[in-house]
Amino acid sequence: MEPDKVLDCTGLYCPEPIFRTRMALDEMEKGQVLEVSADDPVAEADLRRLAERMGYEVLGVTRDGDEVTLHIKK
Amino acid sequence: MSIRVYMDHGAGRPVDPRVLEAMKPYFTEHVGNPASFHSEGFKALEALKEARSSVAELINADPSEIVFTSGATESNNLALLGGALRNRKKGSKVVRSAVEHISVINICKELSRMGFEVAECPVDEAGVLDLKELEKHVDDDTVLVTVMAANGEIGTLQPIREAAELAHSRGTLFHTDATAAAGQVPLDVKELGVDLMTLSSNDVYGPKGVGALYVKKGVRVKPHMIGGGQENGIRSGTENVPGIVGMGEAARLAKAEMEAESTRLAALRDRLIEGVLAANPESYLNGHPTERLPNNANIRFSYIEGEALILSLDDLGIQLSTGSACAAKTLEPSHTLLACGLKHEEAHGSLVFTLGKNNNRNQVEYVIQELPGVVERLRAMSPLTPEELR
Repeated sequence: MEPDKVLDCTGLYCPEPIFRTRMALDEMEKGQVLEVSADDPVAEADLRRLAERMGYEVLGVTRDGDEVTLHIKK
Repeated sequence: MSIRVYMDHGAGRPVDPRVLEAMKPYFTEHVGNPASFHSEGFKALEALKEARSSVAELINADPSEIVFTSGATESNNLALLGGALRNRKKGSKVVRSAVEHISVINICKELSRMGFEVAECPVDEAGVLDLKELEKHVDDDTVLVTVMAANGEIGTLQPIREAAELAHSRGTLFHTDATAAAGQVPLDVKELGVDLMTLSSNDVYGPKGVGALYVKKGVRVKPHMIGGGQENGIRSGTENVPGIVGMGEAARLAKAEMEAESTRLAALRDRLIEGVLAANPESYLNGHPTERLPNNANIRFSYIEGEALILSLDDLGIQLSTGSACAAKTLEPSHTLLACGLKHEEAHGSLVFTLGKNNNRNQVEYVIQELPGVVERLRAMSPLTPEELR
C-alpha cells in the first residue's frame, strides 16, 4: 500500500509519537493514509487508541523487532 | 485592568524577585569560571559553595552530596540511568510506581531497552503507593527503586520512608523525585533514608533550567555528561553560576518561609476544594483527601472534557492545567488518574489547580464563583450529560 504521508517517530518516547501523529492526520484529507513508525513500547496501543478516538481506521500493523508500523486511514 | 488568576504553579512558577536580585550580579559583574585560579574565579567558586549549602540545608544533606544539573529531568536521568548502570553488578531490575512523572517513565523504558526488567508498582484509588505490592516487586535482583515524594498532578504524598526502608532491606538503591514536594513539605534525606533525590529550581521559585540531584555519600552513579570533571565528576560542564546562585537563594527562602506559606496555601486549597465541590454537582476530588500537597487541588467534573474547561476559564483570566504536560499535549487521559482506577471518560474531565505565592483568597473566591457557569454551559453542550443536570 502506498501511503499519502510517512511519519518516522522511531527513537521518540511518549507523548511525541501520538502528538506528531495527530498533527500529521490533522493536516491530511479524509480518505488519505498515514504510515507511522515508532519504537516506544506503548506506541502501538497509544496510536490504536488515538485512531479509534478520532474515528480513523487502522488498516494494518507490521512489526520489525522493536519497531512497529501502522497504516491509519483518515 | 484585566483579571489574571494564575493557578498552574505545578507547570511553571515565577522567579521570586529576591532570587532574581541575587542572580543579577552573576550575569554581568562576577563572570568568572569557578575553575579559574584568580579572584573572579574564587568569587564564582564561593557563590557555588554558598548555593550548594543552601540546597543541602533544604533537605538536611551535606553540601558535598549535592550535584547541580539542568533541571529535574536531568536529575532523574542521572539518578536512574546513572544509578542503574553503575550498580548493574547488583542486578538488572528496576521498580517504579505507576504514577511517576513522564521523565521517569520514559527513562525506565530506556532502561528496559538496555536489558533491565522494569516493574510498575500500583497505587490505590487515592494515588498512594501500595507497599505490599512494592514488597512483592523488590527482590534480590533489584538494583533501584524509584517513587516520587509527592505527585504534582493529584498532590498525593507517598510513604517514602517506608518504601526506602523496604528497598534497603533488599540492598537496593532508593531514588525519590521530590520536584513537586520540595519547598512545600519538609524533606529530610536522613530521616527518609533515601539514596538519591531529585530537586528542581523552578519549583521553589528559582530560575528554570537548573536542578539538583542529592547523591548520598558512598552511593555511586555513572556520569552521563563527560568532560572536565565538575560536580564531583558526575556532571561535567562549566557550572551555570547565575542559575545555581538563583536555586541556592530560592532554596534558602523556601526553607525559611515554607512553614508559614504551606499553612497559608493549605487554607486556600481547602477553601477552593470545599467551594468548588459545593457549587458544582457531580464534581469530585481526585487524590488523597488529607495526605496531599498544600498547594494542590485536582477536581473531576462529570460529562465534560478538561480541555474545554481550560479554554473557557482562560477567557475569564483563569489559568489551570488538565494534568501532566504529556496529557495536555496529546489530549490523552492522564496516566496518573488511570492508575488511580478512573475510567477514560472520568479522567478526561479533571482540572488541576496548583496554587502559589501570588494567589490569595479573593482569587480563590473568584474561581469558585466563575466555575459553575462554565461547567453548566459545557454540560449543556455535552451529549453525555443526563437530563436532570441540563
